[in-house]
Amino acid sequence: MNPVVIIGTGLAGFNTVKEFRKLDKETPVVMLTADDGRNYSKPMLSAGFTKEKTADDLCMATPEKVAEQFNVEVRTGIHVAGIDTAAKRVLLPDAHLDYSKLVLALGADTWTPPLEGDAVGKVFSVNDLMDYAKFRAALEGKKTVTILGGGLIGCEFANDLSNGGFEVTLVEPMGRCLPLLLPEAASEAVGQGLADLGVKFCFGPLAKAVQHGEGDALVTELSDGSEITSDVVLSAIGLRPRISMAQEAGLETNRGIITDKTLRTSAEDVYALGDCAEVEGHVLPYVLPLMASARALAKTLAGETTEVSYGVMPVTIKTPACPVVVCPAAHGAEGEWEIEAEGSNVQALFRGKDGNLLGYALTGDAVKEKMKLNKELPAVMP
Amino acid sequence: MKKWECVVCGFIYDEAEGLPEEGIAAGTAWDDVPEDWVCPDCGVGKEDFEMVEI
Repeated sequence: MNPVVIIGTGLAGFNTVKEFRKLDKETPVVMLTADDGRNYSKPMLSAGFTKEKTADDLCMATPEKVAEQFNVEVRTGIHVAGIDTAAKRVLLPDAHLDYSKLVLALGADTWTPPLEGDAVGKVFSVNDLMDYAKFRAALEGKKTVTILGGGLIGCEFANDLSNGGFEVTLVEPMGRCLPLLLPEAASEAVGQGLADLGVKFCFGPLAKAVQHGEGDALVTELSDGSEITSDVVLSAIGLRPRISMAQEAGLETNRGIITDKTLRTSAEDVYALGDCAEVEGHVLPYVLPLMASARALAKTLAGETTEVSYGVMPVTIKTPACPVVVCPAAHGAEGEWEIEAEGSNVQALFRGKDGNLLGYALTGDAVKEKMKLNKELPAVMP
Repeated sequence: MKKWECVVCGFIYDEAEGLPEEGIAAGTAWDDVPEDWVCPDCGVGKEDFEMVEI
């Protein structure tokens, strides 16, 4: 029997295997990864200094350990050349691998806007454990970091690097922290929390170029003509689902790889989950939906076709200087924010016309209201 | 009383506080948290938690 083949050993691939092995201990499984295959949790990459963990500390298991623990084959450093869905075959650089079922757990790429300058190659983005190891090495003995992007990852890194003793300047063209996730009052609370740690903000302008400055310094040039000099520049602008491999294989894609509620793509016996997937229109690059998907997919792979459902999907943002939990309303939902703010404690409730709760954003002590509010919210994908 | 941390997302379960909103009373020892309980922040199971302090 041909194996179940899983491309990707991040949280999506790893948890699919883990859940599958609870149901089926025998079917051969081959995992392929382009990186070193070490098991780690991606959300922890933006909490390493706070938790005093190096890249090696964040490694929870080597690929050998994963292979042994779950009775699977893990092939590392493999760049998949293509997928032949008609022949049910994964094309490798110098061989091929036939599958009974194929799981795409490809993740997402960091997206960086086009930057000019002679030091663009020195701009870091941290998208996996190997990136993180390089980033940590580059920070050795350094003091100042410029972060491009004030979204979830940018704010988490701003907090974490401040906790690590670095002086951080954060550039966010949309004028406030977490502009796409939070209403203004909540953004201000987060901004104040980070400012109290010493984070400086450049709100408004875009980064245009990164140039070599004096010595080892890097100079980030902004669209308003100002400049920021720092030792290290980190880009944390956004994520894009990895869809090119699926596109080339002729699978239907949109923002992500399109799947139905059973996580099946447009090709038979090919599934997708996690940051690369668009499940009935939902692209949710968070662990909670990923885990729900891994559990459902494990059942499907074990022979019992199962739909995934997403309940309430709150997102916790790791900014201990001002904790944030946000449950965004469905895309395009109409309603208004109802905001109670007291210092850094903001409870922002997004209500529809008839007063029903559609989403929320909580900061500071108000995060304690999360569980109560979750009970009032509609499921994301019942 | 001990604290347990989710290794995937960093959520802390504090035995002293429990999770009353989820029906887990303050003072509930980790061993007495139901086996099918999952991390409220990221959805992983109990096996993905480790003890962080005593």
